[in-house]
Amino acid sequence: MSSILTAEDLNLWYGETHALKNINMEIPDKSITALIGPSGCGKSTFLKTLNRMNDLIPSVKITGNVTYNGHSIFDKDTDVNTLRRNVGMVFQKPNPFPMSIYDNVAYGPRTHGFENRVKLDETVEQALRDAAIWEEVKDRLKKNALGLSGGQQQRLCIARALAVRPKVLLMDEPTSALDPISTSRIEELALQLKEKYAIIIVTHNMQQAVRISDHTAFFLLGELIEYGKTEDIFSQPQDQRTEDYITGRFG
Amino acid sequence: MKKKQLFENAVQAIFLLLGLVTVGCVLLITVYLIVSGIPAIREIGLFNFLFGKEWASTAEEPKYGILPFILTSVYGTAGAILIGVPVGFFTGVFVSKIAGKRTRAVIESAVNLLAGIPSVVYGLVGMLVLVPGISKIFHVPDGASLLAAIFVLSVMILPGIIKVSVTALDAVPKEYEDASLALGATPDETFFRVSVPAARSGIAAAVVLGVGRAVGEAMAVMMVAGNVANMPSLFESVRFLTTAVASEMAYSSPGSLQRNALFSIALVLFLFIMLINATLNCFLKRNREK
Repeated sequence: MSSILTAEDLNLWYGETHALKNINMEIPDKSITALIGPSGCGKSTFLKTLNRMNDLIPSVKITGNVTYNGHSIFDKDTDVNTLRRNVGMVFQKPNPFPMSIYDNVAYGPRTHGFENRVKLDETVEQALRDAAIWEEVKDRLKKNALGLSGGQQQRLCIARALAVRPKVLLMDEPTSALDPISTSRIEELALQLKEKYAIIIVTHNMQQAVRISDHTAFFLLGELIEYGKTEDIFSQPQDQRTEDYITGRFG
Repeated sequence: MKKKQLFENAVQAIFLLLGLVTVGCVLLITVYLIVSGIPAIREIGLFNFLFGKEWASTAEEPKYGILPFILTSVYGTAGAILIGVPVGFFTGVFVSKIAGKRTRAVIESAVNLLAGIPSVVYGLVGMLVLVPGISKIFHVPDGASLLAAIFVLSVMILPGIIKVSVTALDAVPKEYEDASLALGATPDETFFRVSVPAARSGIAAAVVLGVGRAVGEAMAVMMVAGNVANMPSLFESVRFLTTAVASEMAYSSPGSLQRNALFSIALVLFLFIMLINATLNCFLKRNREK
């Protein structure tokens, strides 16, 4: 098992609040890793550290290290834009740009200097196919993306993230704003995508973690309590707190 | 219960009345301008009035052509927009997206101050600094010119453009910007490719505001433009539509053709502003529907 992202003694503070405490974690490539835990436990914070979206919040302080393919993401030589290109992100609330479906998906490639019209068309189509939304939108690529349903918008956002050809896809509760049918479509999609990408998904839905993830990490109050194969975590948790959480005793 | 209902109705009636005051004022002014503006145009002839190149209201054989004023207003406004919009807009982007909290506070209070300065002060500073400066730099005998007016107008429209741009840019949902950054776009790319397009209707509104202010300004331009009824040229003394009305109103005799012609100029100015608002409203609406 080769790991694509590794956290080493990672600590993070928001001002005085110690939000992540000594996280050590290896995230394998081409598989789905689920981050579970009650609200405010640090799982989203951890996710946003991996593509350095936390940089945007003033007063954040980080110690320890995260490596992507063996290189520290906090290194002076690391270009944060290149990192984010490799480590894509899908947000909790679908957030397509207020522009056409085509322009949404083409945004990333265009930003990175992709001009050739034919190639751009191909990239957009491939991304939309990979995100399992091509059949639904192929006849209205020029229409505004805000006219799509919530579930379609979220798959469009996944397509937009895939269009820059990332290696890792971070998903921050991607189905929490969606109905059950859209949710199961996104889950199927995640299972297909793990053939090509490492996926890290934050979820409040434990059934979802069981259904789709290969590994599960349980966070509590900023600490990584337990991390292992999903079937082990859910069938024989080693830590009492993990057991309490997954059996629904708190959270 | 009934008492409450009665009170509600009374309050609503008062609000309605207050709303109608505004509408009434606009209607009154419109009707008044049309009624008092039309006689002179009739007498002079619409074509001669609008496209006559000479204004000589006090000559023995008076001429009432307002093309010089129209063109001066158009050029002056265009010039002010050409300078003021880019400067104001980029300042808006800086204030809303790039500046730190403290820098932002400093710039915003400066902008508010600038907006609060009376136009006669702009005129005064322009007269004492800008006019001699232009004369020296460009080696022209008199610096009071269209160019001086353009400079003063561009500074005067800055606060409005900055404020409206900042409001529009602040209102762009953070989710859009996050999405762009997460795709590996730099902050600058994000501002110009996501935030600005998302704020474009607000920014267009900022331009309308600037145009309106520039077309309607009288005092400051009267003081720096020389106020001679020439056809416009950058280094010549010129007269705007507004200043044409303001400068002759005092000594025109009531009922005379001269005074009526001044009303007609005011009517033209009024139609101009209406036209600008209508065009930009159309443009805004089309943007929204897209």
